[in-house]
Amino acid sequence: MMKPTCRQLIDFLDDYVAGELARERVEGFEWHLARCPSCVAYVASYRDTIRAAQHASAVEIEDVPADLLTAILATVTSRK
Amino acid sequence: MLATEHDDALVAGLRAGDSHAFEKLLREHGPRLLRLARRFLANEEDARDALQDAMVAVYRSVAEFKSGAALSTWLHRIVVNAALMKLRTKRRHPEEDIEQYLPRFLEDGHRREPGTAWAESADSVLEREELRGAVREAIAKLPDAYRIVLHLRDIEELSTAETAEILGTTKNIVKIRLHRARQALRTLLDETMK
Repeated sequence: MMKPTCRQLIDFLDDYVAGELARERVEGFEWHLARCPSCVAYVASYRDTIRAAQHASAVEIEDVPADLLTAILATVTSRK
Repeated sequence: MLATEHDDALVAGLRAGDSHAFEKLLREHGPRLLRLARRFLANEEDARDALQDAMVAVYRSVAEFKSGAALSTWLHRIVVNAALMKLRTKRRHPEEDIEQYLPRFLEDGHRREPGTAWAESADSVLEREELRGAVREAIAKLPDAYRIVLHLRDIEELSTAETAEILGTTKNIVKIRLHRARQALRTLLDETMK
């Protein structure tokens, strides 16, 4: 089993949180996390960062405003 | 009718110069595309202009659309390019260097600055407007190349392959930029969330 350093863990963290890390690397990750509270905190905050970005950016999809729709159609029609 | 058949019919209408087909495309895809433009451009007028520029480009270049390709991905690509053009003409300050926000390591591979757990969670962001504002401000500080990937992958939830196609780059570059964008955003949020 590979025993990763903090740097190696963070290099592959995106694959780890996506569940796309090879099994032998996952074992190494878990070995490291069992011994490194600093990386445990980093992994948790990395996951929270992704969800925080999603929560902060959540907006409903609205129809294109009628005036903009009309303006775009007029522009395109005039270029025919 | 399958989604691809529906899109093929729309594209065929556009190629034939059918203005009804164009209006249909605008009504169906416009809302999502306007939301995308608003993600990159804080100013509403700029977002509207970017959508308008993009839709004119769609109308002009529909002959270049390859049958069988994903219409939505092609439209996203055109809107992202229009938004980027607008961003570049509007930028007043040079972009920040992302390196300053990435974790630093000692020679033995340990972190230079030990990480501490966050007191606030992502759920707090959902509940509190001031935190949502802080997160949006932090996202806005990311350099365009990273911010756009973060938006497309983590917020619009497009795949790595779709994002690479929209940006005209490789899946590997998308993965690298996304990981760096998340790490930088984590650093930018550290003080707020600790």
